[in-house]
Amino acid sequence: MTVRPISNRSPLEALKAQLSSWVASVFKDPSYIVLPIIILGACLLVWQIFSLSQGKNGLPGPIQVISDTKQLILNPWYENSANDKGLGWHILTSLGRVGIGYGLAATLGTVIGILIGTNVMLYRGFDPIFQVLRTVAPLAWLPISQLVFGKAEPSAIFLIFITSIWPIIINTSVGVQQVPQDYKNVAKVLQLPRLEYFWRILLPSAAPYIFTGLRISVGLSWLAIVAAEMITGGVGIGSFIWDSYNSGNISEVIIAMVYIGVVGLILDKIVFYIGKFAVQSES
Amino acid sequence: MQTLSLSDSLSEDRTTVNRDPFLVVDRVSKVYPTPRGPYSVLENINLTVYEGEFICVIGHSGCGKSTLLNMVAGFNRPTTGEICLKSKPITKPGPDRMVVFQNYSLLPWMTAFENIYLAVKNVYPEKSKAEKTKIVMEHLDMVGLADAANKKPKQLSGGMKQRVCIARALSIRPEILILDEPFGALDILTREELQEELLKIWQEHRVTVLMITHDIDEAIFLSDRIVMMTNGPAAEIGEIVEVPFPRPRDRALIGEDPRYFTLRNQALDFLFNRFAVDDH
Repeated sequence: MTVRPISNRSPLEALKAQLSSWVASVFKDPSYIVLPIIILGACLLVWQIFSLSQGKNGLPGPIQVISDTKQLILNPWYENSANDKGLGWHILTSLGRVGIGYGLAATLGTVIGILIGTNVMLYRGFDPIFQVLRTVAPLAWLPISQLVFGKAEPSAIFLIFITSIWPIIINTSVGVQQVPQDYKNVAKVLQLPRLEYFWRILLPSAAPYIFTGLRISVGLSWLAIVAAEMITGGVGIGSFIWDSYNSGNISEVIIAMVYIGVVGLILDKIVFYIGKFAVQSES
Repeated sequence: MQTLSLSDSLSEDRTTVNRDPFLVVDRVSKVYPTPRGPYSVLENINLTVYEGEFICVIGHSGCGKSTLLNMVAGFNRPTTGEICLKSKPITKPGPDRMVVFQNYSLLPWMTAFENIYLAVKNVYPEKSKAEKTKIVMEHLDMVGLADAANKKPKQLSGGMKQRVCIARALSIRPEILILDEPFGALDILTREELQEELLKIWQEHRVTVLMITHDIDEAIFLSDRIVMMTNGPAAEIGEIVEVPFPRPRDRALIGEDPRYFTLRNQALDFLFNRFAVDDH
């Protein structure tokens, strides 16, 4: 079978190729898997020793965390009551909120980014305001959000939206401004109509920047939702942490943290690979 | 009826070339306002190009050759004077004055085929998809890249990319083909190959060509006339020399012609002695 160049592969083929190259690299050079495992083991050891020194009411060590949360780990999908559910449900609920908030931010952010990127006057007018707003910590938006929306659910989603929209706007506007002059000249000589210039030249050229913004934003969204849920309560991984903390179940807090970290990594990788396949043709 | 002897048919038949002025650069100057006062790039440029001619413009770096070409292409407007193509003033870029850039400017997310198709599609919107595809494939074939049609630019070498650009430029049958140091980024072997190919294609299609180069040998090999520019600022056309060699040009034969060295020395003298760049 001849190897087809990467840019001619379908996304599924490229995914399979990526997975098999990972597996191959592990076998070729085991240090990719072995080293992280060793370091992880060392960290767990340090943690265990530290917690032993703390005594019964201090930080639980990894062994205790696992034994305390065994039921939680093994039953991610249980449902006892409205708020007492398995970790799987908590994470799924949080992801749902992220999905809506991030989806809105991605759509609106890209549109706004393109508008201010292509229009100098709009850029000069809006950019300073955006630069100020984007430094506001997510939780600082919560009071306003709750005031305006009243209920917990929409205010949490708004929080995600307002946190994650800024990198998308800013990166998109930069990407749009950075279309190389050569491509613009080609469009001018061929007298490309504006719509065709937009879809065939502007968007593909700005795509790497847009996806960078999207990738940054998905991380921020995930950060924001955990914080928001601690305050709004209900079902969600953030409220799970807060409830566990309030009932003194530190082991549950720790295990939730691990789950949060893993899901955050997966989200980041998903956006990364979508971006990579979408702009695989960029040189 | 005129009967053509063999030597007549081999040499360029100048008497049948249309002698109406095709591209006229009339008293053109280009001045940029700067904080330190107006900066004159070009001054009093007068040039007449006839249909089907191959003109090379040479001069030192920074002497304004690209500025002149950009004005012919329509990216800039002259400060004074006018540039007319077939008696119509040039005000903006257009496919009748197609440009081959030094940096290729092929869109990297499209294949070679798609890049050329984009041009053909926009210049010939009324043609059917089959006709447009045929035009694209014809021109890819002309530059010897028919099997590279589905490759993206990053899979092509520099020479191949430039060939695709030439194919793209020719596929829309421009009135005048503008080349801005098209082979500057290539190694000499590829450059000589592409020069031969360009001439071969030009022989068949006789599009008017305006080309910038800094390679004197290239200019002598390719062109009918060489326009030599003085240095900036306020650069002008210094001299225009005619290249006397008949077409089709044979590099080896020309190289042995004593007129080649006279011409070459004349150009070198102009560029390096009379209008050498000052070392400040």
